[in-house]
Amino acid sequence: MVTLTLDRLSARYGRRQILADISTPTLHGGQVVALLGPNAAGKSTLFRRILGLLEGDGEVRITGTRSERPIAYMPQDNGATAVLTVYEAVLLARMQGRRLKVADADLAEVDKALAALGIDTLAGRDIGNLSGGQRQLVGAAQALVQSPDILLLDEPTSALDLHRQISLLGILRRLAQERNMLIIAALHDLGHALRFADQALVIESGRLVDCGPCKQVVTPPMLRRTFQVEARIEPCSQGRPQLIVEAAI
Amino acid sequence: MAAAPSRAAAFPPAAAEDANLYRRLVLRRQLILAALTLALFASLCVDLALGPARFGLDQVIAALFTPGSVEDSLRVILWQIRMPVALMALVVGASLSIAGAQMQTILSNPLASPFTLGISAGASFGAALALAFGVTLVPALVDYAIPLNAFIMAMLTALAIHFLSMRRGVTIETIVLLGIAMVFIFNSLMALIQFFASQQAVSALVFWTMGSLTKATWPKLGIAFAVLAMVVPLLARHGWALTAMRLGDAKAESLGVKPRALRLEVLIMVSLLAAIAVSFVGTIGFVGLVGPHIARLLLGEDQRFFLPGSALCGALMLSVGSVLSKVIIPGTIIPIGIITSLVGIPFFLFLILNHKKNAW
Repeated sequence: MVTLTLDRLSARYGRRQILADISTPTLHGGQVVALLGPNAAGKSTLFRRILGLLEGDGEVRITGTRSERPIAYMPQDNGATAVLTVYEAVLLARMQGRRLKVADADLAEVDKALAALGIDTLAGRDIGNLSGGQRQLVGAAQALVQSPDILLLDEPTSALDLHRQISLLGILRRLAQERNMLIIAALHDLGHALRFADQALVIESGRLVDCGPCKQVVTPPMLRRTFQVEARIEPCSQGRPQLIVEAAI
Repeated sequence: MAAAPSRAAAFPPAAAEDANLYRRLVLRRQLILAALTLALFASLCVDLALGPARFGLDQVIAALFTPGSVEDSLRVILWQIRMPVALMALVVGASLSIAGAQMQTILSNPLASPFTLGISAGASFGAALALAFGVTLVPALVDYAIPLNAFIMAMLTALAIHFLSMRRGVTIETIVLLGIAMVFIFNSLMALIQFFASQQAVSALVFWTMGSLTKATWPKLGIAFAVLAMVVPLLARHGWALTAMRLGDAKAESLGVKPRALRLEVLIMVSLLAAIAVSFVGTIGFVGLVGPHIARLLLGEDQRFFLPGSALCGALMLSVGSVLSKVIIPGTIIPIGIITSLVGIPFFLFLILNHKKNAW
């Protein structure tokens, strides 16, 4: 099973230190980890650092994988206008670093990714004509199709309607377990984090301020400190913890 | 992957249909490429048939496939005189169109082409230095002064555009304006050269800036073809990465592409293609702009089809242009650069005016 450990990780843009000294316990395949933090806390930077797109001290330790590129990353959507169908856009994510010739197995992976996310009906559409939410699902398919051991998702639900938010996170949770895949998702909706994530990492101004099981990390004091909101977490009639926000501080 | 039955019901297994849909798309594109190839061959035959002495298409085809069976005069005119010119149209058209296609890809700019960004003008200037004054930028290789000068100046122009376009806040329109500035700079420098050059050199320069295929010879054709044949596989090797570039740098990077390194490598190859084209046939504008757009419309932007498609469209455009240059005024061959510009400028304006409506 794949594991990921961050050890005293830092990152710089030029001279500006963006991340400092981020160390996590070992994260395991099959888990969904919520990456939490206010805007500009360094969530996307942490993803880019884990992927090796940024320089910095510290170490990203990955074990238990035989893949050359074990990590897939879904950045925030940028609304590209390329003349490609959804199918082609997902296929090209699969084919990076491979030969020009497409094998049937690759097409099967594309089919699987599209079907898993319920967007197989979009296959023939041009990516330039998609809605924001549809583009986001295509982005998720582009990450999934690489058959990664570790999947990094940068705000995967930000453009989705409520149904698709819940549905996508449910699908990801199921896939994490089925494929023993480690999923780390930057989420702004802490209710989603409480419902779908096993673990949570909280970063603030480029530093890891808390990590651990989601239900222990997402607490009223943390919400006050990190997100400047007064909030309660109370079980609903079904016993699930619910986040009730009172006011911004 | 064994999904629970309830999940499977939520996502019906329509997937296999997607792969078949895609296979049909691929087949359609292969057919389009085949049709373009056929059209190209037809255009080549017509191009060969036209000239001071007109031949029938049947004679041309006979001379092509069984050169021994036709009269000597026909064979000599076709193979020695017209063939290098007609093939040069194909090679130069393909080179310019590929150059434009990849510039549009790496700069994410629908208006990019060797001509509109001043790379052709830079190459012209470099070549003019050699033509007018015998200035060689690489002293050791005097024999190849014209193409080498053209290449170096094309490179410098491309690099200048590249680094300026990397700055923050530079939009697509700014880059085109930069290109126009480049064109003006090199035009002024060309004027300066003409002012100081000998009468003989001036007429050579003027004719050359119009762009003409008529000076093509077998050796020049060989060099131009060799460069094309060298660059295309190198570009094809980056096929998936180049396609990914059109999704934006952030996305491409997330897929493992190194946008900066790729951009620079492709820019060098593209400059080489543009410079070779310019140094042998002069400035031929707009093929590099229009060719890729037609290819994109027909074939999309998957480089496995877009790259050969761009090459075929550019080659076809210039071949048809060559035919037109012979038939518009019978008995006169109009410089082909004039024809491509007359056809290309309205298209260029159309692209600019439609840009906000997502021209590509």
